Amino acid sequence: MPFAVVLILLVVGSLLFHLLSPWTFTELASNWGMVDFTVDITLYVTGFVFVAVNLFMAYCVIKFRHKKGARAAYEPENKKLESWLTVLTAIGVAAMLTPGLFVWAKFVDVPEDAHVVEAVGQQWHWTYRLPGEDGKLGEVDAERISDDNPFGLDPEDPNGQDDVLVYNGEIHVPVDKPVKFLLRSKDVLHDFAVAQFRVKMDLVPGMNTYLWLTPTKTGRFEILCEELCGIGHHTMRGAVIVAEKDDYATWLANQSTFSEINSAPAGNASVGAAQYAVCASCHGQQGEGIAAMNAPKIAGQSEWYLKRQIMNYKNGVRGTHADDIYGQQMIGMVATLVDEQAVDNVVAHILTFPDGDVEATVTGDVTAGRKHYNVCAYCHGKDGMGVQALNAPRAAGMSDWYMARQLQNFKDDVRGGHLQDYHGKQMGFMADILHDEQAINDVIAYINTL
Amino acid sequence: MEIGLIVLAIILATLLGWLLKQSFNTQPWVADVVSETAHHGPLGTNSRLIALLTLLAVVSSFFALIMSAYALRMDLGDWVPLSEPQLLWLNTLMLVFASIVFQWTRNNAVKGRVSRLAPGLLVTGLLTAAFVVGQLVAWQQLKSGGQLISSNPANAFFYFLTGAHAVHIAGGMYVWARATTKVVLGKGDDPAIRRSIELCTIYWHFLLLVWLVLFGLLLST
Amino acid sequence: MAYVAIADRDHEIEHHDPQTFITKYIWSQDHKVIAIQYSITAIFVGLIALGLSAMMRLQLGFPDQFSFINPENYYQFITMHGMIMVIYLLTALFLGGFGNYLIPLMCGSRDMVFPFLNMLSYWVYLVSVIILLISFFVPGGSTGAGWTLYPPQAIMQGTPGTDWGILLMLASLAVFIVAFTMGGLNYVTTVLQARCKGMTLMRMPLSVWGIFIATVLGLLAFPALLVSAIMMLFDKTLYTSFFMPAISSMGADPGYSGGSPILFQHLFWFFGHPEVYIVALPAFGIVSDLLSTHARKNIFGYRMMVWAIIAIGGLSFVVWAHHMYVSGMNPYFGFFFATTTLIIAVPTAIKVYNWVLTLWEGNIHLRVPMLFSIAFVFTFIHGGLTGLFLGNVTIDLPLSDTYFVVAHFHMVMGVSPVLVVFGAIYHWWPKITGKMYHEGLGKWHFWMTFLGTYAIYLPMHYLGFAGVPRRYFAMGNTEFLPDSAQDLNAWITMSALFVAATQILFFVNVIWSLTRGPKADPNPWNATTLEWQTPDTPPKHGNWGHDLPECHRWAYDYSVPGYEDDFIPQNVPADVAPAGRDHGEGH
Repeated sequence: MPFAVVLILLVVGSLLFHLLSPWTFTELASNWGMVDFTVDITLYVTGFVFVAVNLFMAYCVIKFRHKKGARAAYEPENKKLESWLTVLTAIGVAAMLTPGLFVWAKFVDVPEDAHVVEAVGQQWHWTYRLPGEDGKLGEVDAERISDDNPFGLDPEDPNGQDDVLVYNGEIHVPVDKPVKFLLRSKDVLHDFAVAQFRVKMDLVPGMNTYLWLTPTKTGRFEILCEELCGIGHHTMRGAVIVAEKDDYATWLANQSTFSEINSAPAGNASVGAAQYAVCASCHGQQGEGIAAMNAPKIAGQSEWYLKRQIMNYKNGVRGTHADDIYGQQMIGMVATLVDEQAVDNVVAHILTFPDGDVEATVTGDVTAGRKHYNVCAYCHGKDGMGVQALNAPRAAGMSDWYMARQLQNFKDDVRGGHLQDYHGKQMGFMADILHDEQAINDVIAYINTL
Repeated sequence: MEIGLIVLAIILATLLGWLLKQSFNTQPWVADVVSETAHHGPLGTNSRLIALLTLLAVVSSFFALIMSAYALRMDLGDWVPLSEPQLLWLNTLMLVFASIVFQWTRNNAVKGRVSRLAPGLLVTGLLTAAFVVGQLVAWQQLKSGGQLISSNPANAFFYFLTGAHAVHIAGGMYVWARATTKVVLGKGDDPAIRRSIELCTIYWHFLLLVWLVLFGLLLST
Repeated sequence: MAYVAIADRDHEIEHHDPQTFITKYIWSQDHKVIAIQYSITAIFVGLIALGLSAMMRLQLGFPDQFSFINPENYYQFITMHGMIMVIYLLTALFLGGFGNYLIPLMCGSRDMVFPFLNMLSYWVYLVSVIILLISFFVPGGSTGAGWTLYPPQAIMQGTPGTDWGILLMLASLAVFIVAFTMGGLNYVTTVLQARCKGMTLMRMPLSVWGIFIATVLGLLAFPALLVSAIMMLFDKTLYTSFFMPAISSMGADPGYSGGSPILFQHLFWFFGHPEVYIVALPAFGIVSDLLSTHARKNIFGYRMMVWAIIAIGGLSFVVWAHHMYVSGMNPYFGFFFATTTLIIAVPTAIKVYNWVLTLWEGNIHLRVPMLFSIAFVFTFIHGGLTGLFLGNVTIDLPLSDTYFVVAHFHMVMGVSPVLVVFGAIYHWWPKITGKMYHEGLGKWHFWMTFLGTYAIYLPMHYLGFAGVPRRYFAMGNTEFLPDSAQDLNAWITMSALFVAATQILFFVNVIWSLTRGPKADPNPWNATTLEWQTPDTPPKHGNWGHDLPECHRWAYDYSVPGYEDDFIPQNVPADVAPAGRDHGEGH
């Protein structure tokens, strides 16, 4: 008897859990309401079967449980009953399958006028490409991918010259217009998934896949990678910003094309030297860093990283957190670099500095640190020299006290908490695995030995 | 995956037809009286044959799946057809003769002509060994011609298919070697040996068939 | 071929040879000892996998609180957990364990047809387990590629264990497949050739049917895994490009070109989906027998049950790509595979109906095995119904790769078969050991396991609805997720740890039974099937003493009208069974 009661309670409990659960589909933001509709039909059909069969079973357990002197009936089979149940089941299955196939037919068939966006996945970042004014995407080839040409575009292909390249993890699309996402992977399998849009599709290296949708709400929608892609899988985040037509046009106008990026003048180190004067008071004449001024060593750091951080300060992506005292100071300083060209110049000057040794100030358990560093090494390299393709800067031979502070900042979301700081957010995830100050010191102590 | 599915469909259909024959129109809940049980007859007459046929089904599935992969991979653009060494024709001939001699040996075994078993088995073994050595020489020829396993998917499949086939031949050679040893030692009239020869013959024919299919596939693509 | 028949009888005589301790318990060729060896090994690695799942649940429930878990070993844990549970525990336990024990006893034979091959099968399986365990200790650790081992990431640097771990994993799988094939040839041949007199196919207990069809599936499907494992080994070590396209991995070109990762997925799931039924069909069969025995009623619709098993087995080969709806394969395949997948629901539903209808007008004894069996029907209904979501191509769009999938397959392929495993162990324990277990402890074990696992997996579906992706080390601040999703995760973790801990009750029961358990009756459940009719309990080597049994009826003569007892063993002829009061009508 208690068993049957428990069965009934489980059925009732499951229903209640379903009805009261705050955990359900996020609010729909695309045209794929039909997907939700199919889910609803299936929920009704399966819910009915779940309740009916289990309650019947509980009833049997109550009614036909062993009593003294009782005897079971003898009935090898009942063709009629079995046929009826088979037919009813088949009808139920058809009721669920039919809408599913209709919706899938729509999903497979992309509208002619869809706005095309290419989303490119790599370990563990999203970048995007738009076809530009000619409406055609240029030829790409995995063999041509390099640090200077992360998309692997063919420099000779005229179609590719006006392709708009977006590097920062965020793609804007206009609202209420069908969008076809062409999906391409540079390395391993990934999956483009936005919960609010309901649709997802894998990115497969060596081929192009696609999905389409019409965004119906403006706002920011997070992209998750949903196909295991290695150790940084959970940190591979991006976002689709759905905007009104005008806002979208404004954003698009600010993006750079392939040819613009290629023809941008290189930084001028001698011009940058003058601008560096402001920096030198804290970071030192040779960029060697001055701990007393809380300014880290920048000599020997890679060009792309220096530029990204300065731009982050300029754009308010870094240094805006209330607890980031030293970051806030940097915001004032980078204001002296009026435009991107100025940033390029000063970075070019920093690159001329000799890469001197730094004094180790952090002490910790090197053996424990080495274990932690196993995870860091996936991106920053076994030698700690950084890997541009993974957007991981150099760590070995840089100011250790600064890295310790930054790791703490990453842990506390003081750094990397800004929505647009995709690389910082990633580091935040990874810094979280260092549980306390000791763990941070240990890993820094190990980095000091590299 | 069509090739894999077709082969599986054949295997499953065979099983299904047999099951249907066994179960059609029976009413399992009706019990026998003592005397009726005899109608069901004793079982256990040819376990080794059944086991061998099951194994052949598994091996068929294995090769069919490689061929499915072959067909899928071939359509992917970078496929450069391999010109198979002419030596393969000679090897095929060896394997055909090996099968024929094995069949001859088997027929003699069934008829109890024990004295013909040893020469038959030895010739079969030589021919089969010649096939395997011939395959290795073909690999060597390809290798010296710069056709390495990693050069092209067609090459990779060629090495994989021929290698997998040769491994199965080697497995058969183990059973052949056991039977031959006993025959040479004069135990050729042991029924176990004769049965072993019979089953080996089926296995040889099967691997010949597999090879002909593989060779056909390699030649036609 | 008359001489073949004579030779095949030879081994029956050997069984009566005296045996030393070593040949009896270590290098044993007795199917019952091999079954126990298989089971103990499988349960041992299963416990390791259970420990791994506890570790990953700790991270998910309480992110970044435990310093021994980082993303590297987290992904190694999930990979090894999945692989061990699916292959090395469930496949080995159902076929190597129960298959070995039950087939000869239920079919009325003295042993497997090839006892030596059977022994070899176990030892090769043990080698595969050892290779698997070694992979935890090689430089770089075991592979962290996920149990599906998808290339390119399974062999590229961004994944843990790409130096040695993946090689050992693939090697271990290849060895396992060899072991399985040896065992499988035995099971098939024994079922086809060694049944006792009168044991027609349609009189076989459903346990044997389930195990038999599962073995056929395994024999035909495992080659797909073998082929893909070999090809991946080639890609990894010889730089072929079966599965590897031209890529730029971490800023370097590894030198591949033209291969197709999708090809691997086709091969993998061509094995992987039948694998689900390799685990499920034996569970279906065993639970049918348990329900029938403890409800004192024939299994309802036996013929339909047999044909449902065969139909499910056949259909399982044409549904594999429902694992790949969003994999980037040709989307038009979706129509075909959604249809075949939902069709498979029909025979599956028939099985469920027939289980429940077996209870109808039964005489239900709620002993421990019966509790587990009815609980199986409950969880299987749940898991089967959620399968209708994922099999329907459209609904797979939002739900694939989320916790809904994890919850679904754990419900249907984890909890349900494990409930059957426990039910079956309690059911056959008296026969296997000759001792009774502790009923009270067994019931406690049941309640904790059943309610605990439901508390894990029911809520987990809702994480999937909310959009939580699977295989995430941590969620961080994901904007569309409510904070309460983390609370739910903590609840799931606590339930999981609870269930894991309560399994100790099972082992306590085992030890209690072996040391203090009362001697078991030869047929404590009054069951009809032949294994309960052996002259000795536990059965001796050779099973049947001097004479093989003869089978005169099907396995489900429970409560037959016109007979005094409510069961008639299979070896009792119609004209010998003692007639008594007529209970058949009007009670």
